[in-house]
Amino acid sequence: MKTIRIHEADRPHALRLLTIWLVLSIVGVIVALQIHIPPGDQSIQGADQSRTMTLMTALATPIFIGVVLMIVYSAFAFRNRGPELVDGPPMLGNTPIQIAWITGSTILVLFLALVGITSLASSNVAQAVGAPGRSIGQSGGQTGSGTAGGSGSELQIQVIGQQWYFTYRYQDYGGVETTHLYLPNDRPVELHVTSLDVVHSFWAYQLGVKADANLGVDNVIHVTPQKLGSFQVRCAELCGLWHGAMADSSGKVVSQSDFDSWIQQQQQSFTDIQKAVPSYAPFYFPDPLTKGS
Amino acid sequence: MVTANLMSERRMLIPNNPITGLLLAIPGYFFGVWLGNVFGLFDDQNTGVILGYTVATAAFLVGMGFLNYPLTRLLGWPVTPISESEPDAGLSRYFRLSLDHKVIGLQYLFTILIMLLLGGIGAMMIRSSLLVPDSSITPPGQYIALIGLHSVMMIFITSAVIVGPFGNYLVPLMIGARRMAFPRLEALSFWLVPPAAVILAVAAFWGGFPTGWTGYPPLSEQAGQGMDSYIVGFGLIALALVVSGVNMLATIITLRAPGMTWTRLPIFVWGIFTTSILGMLAAPVLTAAIVMLAMDRSVQTSFFLSSNGGSNYLWENLFWFFGHPEVYIFILPAFGIVMEIVPHFARKPLWGYRTGVVGLFGVALLSWFVWQHHLFVSGIAPVLRPFYTLSTELISIPTGIIFLVVLGTMWRARIWFSVPMLFCMGFLVNFLIGGISGVYLSDVPTDVTLHGSYFSMAHFHYTIMGGEIFGLMAAVYYWLPKMTGRMMSETIGKLHFWWMFVAFNSTFFPLFIIGLLNMPRRVAQYNPALQGLNIWVSVSAFFLFGSMVLFAGNLVYALAFSGRRALANPWHARSLEWQVPTPVPAHNFDRVPVITGGPYDYGMPNARPVADFGGIRGVTSGA
Repeated sequence: MKTIRIHEADRPHALRLLTIWLVLSIVGVIVALQIHIPPGDQSIQGADQSRTMTLMTALATPIFIGVVLMIVYSAFAFRNRGPELVDGPPMLGNTPIQIAWITGSTILVLFLALVGITSLASSNVAQAVGAPGRSIGQSGGQTGSGTAGGSGSELQIQVIGQQWYFTYRYQDYGGVETTHLYLPNDRPVELHVTSLDVVHSFWAYQLGVKADANLGVDNVIHVTPQKLGSFQVRCAELCGLWHGAMADSSGKVVSQSDFDSWIQQQQQSFTDIQKAVPSYAPFYFPDPLTKGS
Repeated sequence: MVTANLMSERRMLIPNNPITGLLLAIPGYFFGVWLGNVFGLFDDQNTGVILGYTVATAAFLVGMGFLNYPLTRLLGWPVTPISESEPDAGLSRYFRLSLDHKVIGLQYLFTILIMLLLGGIGAMMIRSSLLVPDSSITPPGQYIALIGLHSVMMIFITSAVIVGPFGNYLVPLMIGARRMAFPRLEALSFWLVPPAAVILAVAAFWGGFPTGWTGYPPLSEQAGQGMDSYIVGFGLIALALVVSGVNMLATIITLRAPGMTWTRLPIFVWGIFTTSILGMLAAPVLTAAIVMLAMDRSVQTSFFLSSNGGSNYLWENLFWFFGHPEVYIFILPAFGIVMEIVPHFARKPLWGYRTGVVGLFGVALLSWFVWQHHLFVSGIAPVLRPFYTLSTELISIPTGIIFLVVLGTMWRARIWFSVPMLFCMGFLVNFLIGGISGVYLSDVPTDVTLHGSYFSMAHFHYTIMGGEIFGLMAAVYYWLPKMTGRMMSETIGKLHFWWMFVAFNSTFFPLFIIGLLNMPRRVAQYNPALQGLNIWVSVSAFFLFGSMVLFAGNLVYALAFSGRRALANPWHARSLEWQVPTPVPAHNFDRVPVITGGPYDYGMPNARPVADFGGIRGVTSGA
């Protein structure tokens, strides 16, 4: 391959651009690394997303600065100042530069894809991003790929979307149904997201969890909360009239003991409710009778 | 004799114009509704409404005169070849079925600008509603109807906004042809657009449809009769895309003038070429999905209803298999416009012409392999996710090539800062932001948070509005002198550019932050903590609308009041379309020109003139 020879006339421009670009990029990357990018660190998965986004921003900043700089620089340095229209030098292209640009962008893209795919494949993110949808009724112990520790240690919760709210069914506590999501801290959770009507999307923002709720499909995702606090749940897929109001800001990550007393309270009130009305959802996964505590 | 034949072709029994079309369409609609209600097996009105819209459209096209030619041929009456027929004259030709690509281009331009105004008013109503975090300005039902109408109207527009006006008007001029390959299909592709727009607007009377432009079932099967407008309107636009794609490809392949080799083809024509491939192949998939949805809603099939054995994933896959190439249908011609216009104002040859063409084809090819990135959180098989992450990110390589070509063209140039050039540079900045934000969305871990949020909404507005619409503006300012003989004001144009550029970024950049801060798309109610940012965005959006009003004023003033005639080649451009006189003669070229040079050979010491207009004796059509 021919080496890139920089033309005499290009040299001052190239040098100036390179200097400005280096200075601005260093400043830009430092600034970019300071920005706190959501969703934050309430769960292992959310923290990983924040890290990935920070990395991407740090990588994108020099590219953004470089291209904008070239546009702005061209606008000032290469503008025609005279009243007459003058033709520029007839440059038809430069194969080495083109090869270098394409190679550079390919390496960058492959690197970004590698970062994304490895963090996807690492157990943490695989838990957040979820496992294959599976039809309800197809019972069995199959869980998502890359689940650390297997399904036994994970808290099983079914998330039931309907127009226009979510109901949570705690599998391991006798199938008690609640309208707010409480999670014990530091315990891996397996969420089974499904819907009773149209497509919804369960988005627990601070936890870094999003999964579509489809009628008759069990969409499995994993999350491990690591910090006490409250989180927002919102529907993220247009689901009709009150889609915007399908939100709940009283999701909570609590300590295991608080969780135990809360769930006991819920079980009590649910027993009373159940006398009058049957369980809400017509079908469940996993089957409450076989897996109830 | 010519006139007589035209009479036989055009005036069969009734005068053909939009009024006749409308007079036939209205009974057509009621006939369709009646038919649907008589033969429909179910007591909802969907069968009737869908048939009503379909029959009305067909009746409208008959009223416009689309049956005249087939009937004439069927009855064995003489017809005039298009190349010998006398063209229409006067303003009325813009309201009739015309086979002249120049008339069709302008018909498209003004129809679409009016639709753009409607879609823009919808956007303003949306932003007004979002001034408050609850739904006290617009009730939620009206709000989701608004976003549905805004989005689908804008999708109709952006599918055709460059290929329609500029593709039809310029491709024959740029390749040295006297017409398009299939002028009747060309006319059909235009006359499907107004019915589609009207049918879509009629949805407002049914209370709109609640699904946005994605039309996900089961919501779209639960929806009222407004959804039928979505179905028929989108179906018509899909048909127009196929028809226009076939026509463009046939024209570019077969009607190039002698000497117009593939490497001399203006890069804008390559943009149209690649986008036509996508339109021709992607739109049938949408048509299939639309027909299934129509059957689900009318005759109770259950393609998309999992409760009866169907799957809503089927719709999601079919829709996005069309939907992702569709967004490149929007942007490829805009790439073409930018790469076409920049050399003329940089006064330099296009830097790396062949690489640029490869870039266009790269984008077109890769666009088929990325659609499941819209479904990362839908519950698709996880083994597919790494592949779609990779394929999506790979698209930045050909896109980067296009940036390289433009940047290389501007390098050491003598840039003439005219309004089209400014819009091209604005395009580059906006599309860069749109492209980089796209990488965040292509990566599964980050997409989990960003999917369905305002971040993705900001991303596609940056690429479509900041990209395609800025390209459109560049094209309007650049080619209007040739298309209408009128020049838009440069001073107001520059004001328009800066106003639009600042207002656009001020509107859409904060939306990335709003999305990162937990605001989903398409919500009438949002977290009150985000009200400040939303007010900022809304006010900026009103300013953005103001810049479009300024544009409209500039356009109307130039066309109707300024009275200044544009020069035949006000930009001193080399390319073929600027070498013909203004107004462009009826059949473009007296003789088909022989192309002798490239369109961008600025500053080349031994550059030959772009074409020999003497032509070859006896050659009346190209290639």
